[in-house]
Amino acid sequence: MMHPWLVMCAIGLLTFMTRLSFIALLECWQAPAILRRALGFVPVTVLTAIIVPELVLHDGMLDLALTNPRLLAGGIAIIVSWKTKNVVWTIVTGMGALLLLQKIL
Amino acid sequence: MRTSDACREFLSGVKDELPILIGVIPFGMIYGVLALGAGLSPGEAQAMSAIVFAGSAQFMTVQLAGIGAPAILTILTGFVINLRHALYSGSIAPHMRQLNLKWKTLLAYLLTDEAYAVAIIHYQRESDNANKHWYFLGAGLALWVSWQTSTAVGIFMGAKVPPGWPLDFTLPLTFIALVVPALKNRASILAAIAAGFTSVLAAGLPYKLGLLSAALVGILVGLWSEEK
Repeated sequence: MMHPWLVMCAIGLLTFMTRLSFIALLECWQAPAILRRALGFVPVTVLTAIIVPELVLHDGMLDLALTNPRLLAGGIAIIVSWKTKNVVWTIVTGMGALLLLQKIL
Repeated sequence: MRTSDACREFLSGVKDELPILIGVIPFGMIYGVLALGAGLSPGEAQAMSAIVFAGSAQFMTVQLAGIGAPAILTILTGFVINLRHALYSGSIAPHMRQLNLKWKTLLAYLLTDEAYAVAIIHYQRESDNANKHWYFLGAGLALWVSWQTSTAVGIFMGAKVPPGWPLDFTLPLTFIALVVPALKNRASILAAIAAGFTSVLAAGLPYKLGLLSAALVGILVGLWSEEK
């Protein structure tokens, strides 16, 4: 990599400033109610937008077939999470399902 | 007792972060392996985990390094990939108003996807707890220690991760385990569905901009659904 220390320090600093932005700003500024309500939706929307492409996209192509092992394993994990609300169970069954389905399909 | 309350919150944060680490540790190891493969020295690879402390940006940096991309392009890409942290910052900021700058700086450094996801659920449930920042510190430090350690393990292991193992799948699984229990009402379910659809439609956009637009569409749908 060209200038590795420069690159990592620059990204590190920019990332830190991004993370600090609203936390530092909000000291002197009260966010309007609509913005606070909007920010309440951040966890479910951002995380769902990370999850879904991982399950249904395969090399950038949409794959909704029942032979897509990641879609099936993800579906199983969603059911397990919904029924148990347990993080370990969700990850373990999802991973086990994927390993199994990759062998079968 | 103030101290024991803080201590209890801290430990409870560590405890709630532990299951998430199952998904994080394989990622740290894969990052360590890839970083060496891209030509970084062990010291540089480890330093990046401490300085940048953001998995997807580190993966991208290593990939761009592997193809010899110019430094400025790598820096800009890393910045855009991490823009989603501004959303986290805004969402957690109202809970941090009373903290001093030292705490804010420390917690901002620890504000990763996985620490945020665990902390915000706790914050929304216990918004009146005066010691809830200790919970965040516990969750964040647990993640930080395992990210540094798993990076080191990856560096030492070199390329010995079995190639057939789909360890990257632990990422969506971890987030499924966090999101599904948080879908408690119609507005949050509709917001998640809208974000999921948009994330696929916008998947062609570079540098996680699809992710940002999906979040925005999801938020708008959630707000609209609350109004009705």
